[in-house]
Amino acid sequence: MLPAVPVAPTPLFEFRRVGLTIGGTRILQDVDLVIPERGITVVVGPSGSGKSTLLRCCNRLETPTAGTITYRGDDLAELPPRTLRRRVAMVFQAPVVFPGTPLDNLRAADPALGTDEGCRLLERVGLNPDLLERSAERFSGGEAQRLCIARALATEPETLLADECTSALDPDSAEVVEHLARRLADDGMPIVWVTHSVAQRDRMADHVVALAAGRIVTADPEEEAR
Amino acid sequence: MNSNTVGWWGLAASLIFVVVAIALTSSFRLGLSRTISIATGRSLVQLLVVGSALTLVIDPDTSLAWSWAWVAGIIVFAAYTVTRRVPQVPNLLPVTLASNVAVAVVGLAIVFGFGVFDLDSRSLVPVSGMIIGNSMKSGVVAAMRVVEASAEQRAEIEAGLALGMSTRQASARFVRSALRTAISPQIEQTAGLGIVFLPGAMTGLLLAGADPLDAVRAQLALMYVILSGTVVGSIVTGLGTVSRLTTPAETLRVTHRASR
Repeated sequence: MLPAVPVAPTPLFEFRRVGLTIGGTRILQDVDLVIPERGITVVVGPSGSGKSTLLRCCNRLETPTAGTITYRGDDLAELPPRTLRRRVAMVFQAPVVFPGTPLDNLRAADPALGTDEGCRLLERVGLNPDLLERSAERFSGGEAQRLCIARALATEPETLLADECTSALDPDSAEVVEHLARRLADDGMPIVWVTHSVAQRDRMADHVVALAAGRIVTADPEEEAR
Repeated sequence: MNSNTVGWWGLAASLIFVVVAIALTSSFRLGLSRTISIATGRSLVQLLVVGSALTLVIDPDTSLAWSWAWVAGIIVFAAYTVTRRVPQVPNLLPVTLASNVAVAVVGLAIVFGFGVFDLDSRSLVPVSGMIIGNSMKSGVVAAMRVVEASAEQRAEIEAGLALGMSTRQASARFVRSALRTAISPQIEQTAGLGIVFLPGAMTGLLLAGADPLDAVRAQLALMYVILSGTVVGSIVTGLGTVSRLTTPAETLRVTHRASR
């Protein structure tokens, strides 16, 4: 009997010579990158380094002008965008709460969602389920962002993208969201987390991708995470 | 000749009001004097040319085909005018053409099919102009508001897209608002009919010596057709604009990129 040959796991995302130019401005250049299947991958870099654009490429909100991106081995450009976005959810920098109640917000993601499931989703992100049918427009920044995460989770995604999702929050709310992300990652949901904060990188990262001027500076999980 | 016919001296006299308007805008330093002068000159030349051409087209000996050709010209020019106001939207001309054709077919079928007016060159050209012209105005507003909303409300639209919504679903709230903005003036105009103002066709008929009730019936029929044309034109143009702004990756084309 032949010995088992170790097979390299399929990466979550793989970028091959990805470039993105908009109006003559190069935002991403020759990005070669592997984002692993497990844990929290933190993408760090200064403002304007292209880290948000890189993240947006992962659910096709941006389309590269060069190179290819794969998601779990499939060419992203071949995946139907709407299906992809339900598999790869995204939370943005500024929480965007739709008009109405938290239940209305959750039903924007899943129109068939019942109130029990809505309560469970609110509890999962640390919100009081009694808030389910109150006006979501009065939520604080931290509550609104947690509602946005609950709304993203309502699509039952495989992967979560987070674009500086604590930068508009006070430190206490940011800590709650960080703990929530860690819990989701520990439960098996891979997260790609964009931040410009080195301190947050140190707290959150299982793997690190550093960007500067649209290029990868380092993508070495072991070195950078320390 | 009807006693209310405006002669050349009458027309020249009406220009006194333009001089008053220029004097007022100058005194308030609104910077509009040149614009008013150009607009007045353009309207004078355009309408004189159109009037001369209409004289030929509505001649009883001229084939009705020329009037239909004129209507086709109105449809194309109005469609092109809408696209010029929203140059950010690619390939919108087929949408605005389709919108105008739909409005014209429905409107003219009602007006002439139900015998509101007799189908002749004297009625076909001006009725088409009124229906399509009003639809064009609301189409411009609908397209512009959709383009503005796609930039101003980008965060909310992208939040919807990120949940797997289509661009139409994600922008539905703003498209509805754009359509309301485009259609509302025509509703207000219809509601204020007779109380606030006497509309153009009725005024024209009264000046031409028609019986007031005949003029009212003609005007009401036209207003109802114009109202429905405005609704059809706004919806087709508004939804068509969203469709044209949608990329193959199901995002909305960036019309004003803010930052990366």
